[in-house]
Amino acid sequence: MIEKALSGNRLYWAWLAFLLVIMGVGGLSYVQQFNYGLGITGMSRDVSWGLYISQFTFLVGVAAGGVMLVLPYYLHNYKVFGRITILGEFMAVAAVAMCLMFILADLGQPMRALNVLLHPTPNSILFWDMIVLNVYLFLNIVGGWVMLNAEKKEMPPPKWVKGLIYLSIPWAISIHTVTAFLYCGLPGRHYWLTAILAPRFLASAFAAGPALLVICALILRRFTAFDVGKEAISKLVTIITYAAILNFFFVGLEFFVGYYSNIPGHMHTLDYLFFGLTDAAGNVYDNLVLPMRFSMVIGMAATIALLFPGMRDTYTKIGWLCGMIFLSLWIDKGLGLVLGGFVPTPMEYITEYYPTGIELMITAAVWATGFFILTILYKVAISVKLTKES
Amino acid sequence: MDNSRRKFLKIAGLSAIAGIAAPTAFNGLLKGEAQASSASGGGHGGTGAASGKRYGFVIDVSKFARDKGLAQRCIDACHSIHNVPDYGNKKDEIKWIWTDGFENVFPDHSHYKKNADLHDAPILTLCNHCDNPPCVRACPTKATFKNPDGLVLMDFHRCIGCRFCMAACPYGARSFNWRSPRELDAAGNYKYIKNPKPEFPTRMRGVVEKCNMCAERLAEGKIPACVEEARGANAMVFGDLNDPRSRISKVLARKFTIQRKPALGTHPSIFYII
Repeated sequence: MIEKALSGNRLYWAWLAFLLVIMGVGGLSYVQQFNYGLGITGMSRDVSWGLYISQFTFLVGVAAGGVMLVLPYYLHNYKVFGRITILGEFMAVAAVAMCLMFILADLGQPMRALNVLLHPTPNSILFWDMIVLNVYLFLNIVGGWVMLNAEKKEMPPPKWVKGLIYLSIPWAISIHTVTAFLYCGLPGRHYWLTAILAPRFLASAFAAGPALLVICALILRRFTAFDVGKEAISKLVTIITYAAILNFFFVGLEFFVGYYSNIPGHMHTLDYLFFGLTDAAGNVYDNLVLPMRFSMVIGMAATIALLFPGMRDTYTKIGWLCGMIFLSLWIDKGLGLVLGGFVPTPMEYITEYYPTGIELMITAAVWATGFFILTILYKVAISVKLTKES
Repeated sequence: MDNSRRKFLKIAGLSAIAGIAAPTAFNGLLKGEAQASSASGGGHGGTGAASGKRYGFVIDVSKFARDKGLAQRCIDACHSIHNVPDYGNKKDEIKWIWTDGFENVFPDHSHYKKNADLHDAPILTLCNHCDNPPCVRACPTKATFKNPDGLVLMDFHRCIGCRFCMAACPYGARSFNWRSPRELDAAGNYKYIKNPKPEFPTRMRGVVEKCNMCAERLAEGKIPACVEEARGANAMVFGDLNDPRSRISKVLARKFTIQRKPALGTHPSIFYII
């Protein structure tokens, strides 16, 4: 089936070549990081996780978002998602692949990564995260591929694959819950130490993942003959709207608990992210205030807009609103959540983080690799579906 | 066996199990409640395991306030024998023991109308060698672990550099090798380690490090380097917290001491006389 990825029009090859260039430049940047050490990034003793781990966290959500298609289609036999579900499964594959690459990029001693398996440590959440992510990758690639192959051969799929697909549903919840546990189980990091973190992660995931999927489906519709169908898009937009509302509700809960309880530790990071902090010497620290406010404004505006039928009656409007929600959640979770958690430090100092050029290149390269995988998988899926129909 | 009889037996069995289990579970809850206020030493303070050794320090802040240079001598003693590099910038900084302000070391304590003596008193701070260390819980490879003497140690050869322990430590006690501390200058000497000591290993880049309570000196029957430096001024006491006859236990019984962030339940082994 993979041979279907080897034929395509000029646009297809140009897109792949573009991604390969970014991957190449990022690969060279990684060689530099590998030789010098992580000091080549903007991370420091105070902000010891940066862009890599924050992208990882966000992408676990994108991966988990695929379940919003798998669940209605396979569990409730919701036929409208018949053409789009495979896109969700393959998006999960690409997203988990990016997660694993970001983890590797973040390790100080990447050659020792397998120590996690050689010395299994069940009390470490990172150990469990590695397990659930790899299993989720396996469930989605096997589930998606076998179902697609059966469709190609016009044979009923083997019975065992249904078991894997059903398992992937609770598993999607598990990957993002365990990823939230990485943060919310740490004493002394007040911004993360909240039981709402896992539900908030899931809500934002079920908005961001499907939002990216809608954008991909609209791009495919524009550049290929593959159309997932108006009803599928419309249903997905409804799911995105509900999930986004839940997410912003949860954000509001964080604000209430912090500011009504008036406990400094619960307010500090929110202050830093949304209003900026000033130290005793009068220095102002607010490098995330603009992005975070922007994130809240466009996210909430798009969510409210989606409530009005007149705002979702054309693909162009839907595309823009989904793009706004995706960008909003990317800023909130892909930047603010991880970086904000380190401010202030346990000793109540404020250190701001700025990624370096090399770090940005490596980050871009991982995203490019993810989209490369996604493009190949989508090409195969679309070719199979279109061949069958013609 | 017909269907209704099977159902009846199932329900009867389940009820029996529930009947037996419920009071036991309830008792368990009550017991847990009793423990929360007694066995762990008053909720937050913590006694930790009573068996085996548990080494700890008492730091007398007033002695350090009196002799302003003492803290730096303790820091130098530690950093020089452990080949701790000095890069001269905050971003790459590695420190095992250092001084900070009262409000930084004890952010949960009030510093409103702070005692005048505390204003510029350098408070020595280092790894707390917690009895319940969050860093050890977080480490995915057991590269950081608690040894039988209560020391929280690092295996530099197993650490993968994920820095989960740094996020987990509520005391900011851990440092990461953002670059190679073994970098050489033109003459072939370490650029960032002055007077390297061959007795202690230098680290490679990409691993986490922190105070090891001089495990290598304890093995030779010596006391930690910082304590040795502070001994003349009687500013630090080192010993086994689990031995009621040890000097540290006697000091703790006599003096009022505080620990850093006791509410987090980490049970630090470093105590401060303010």
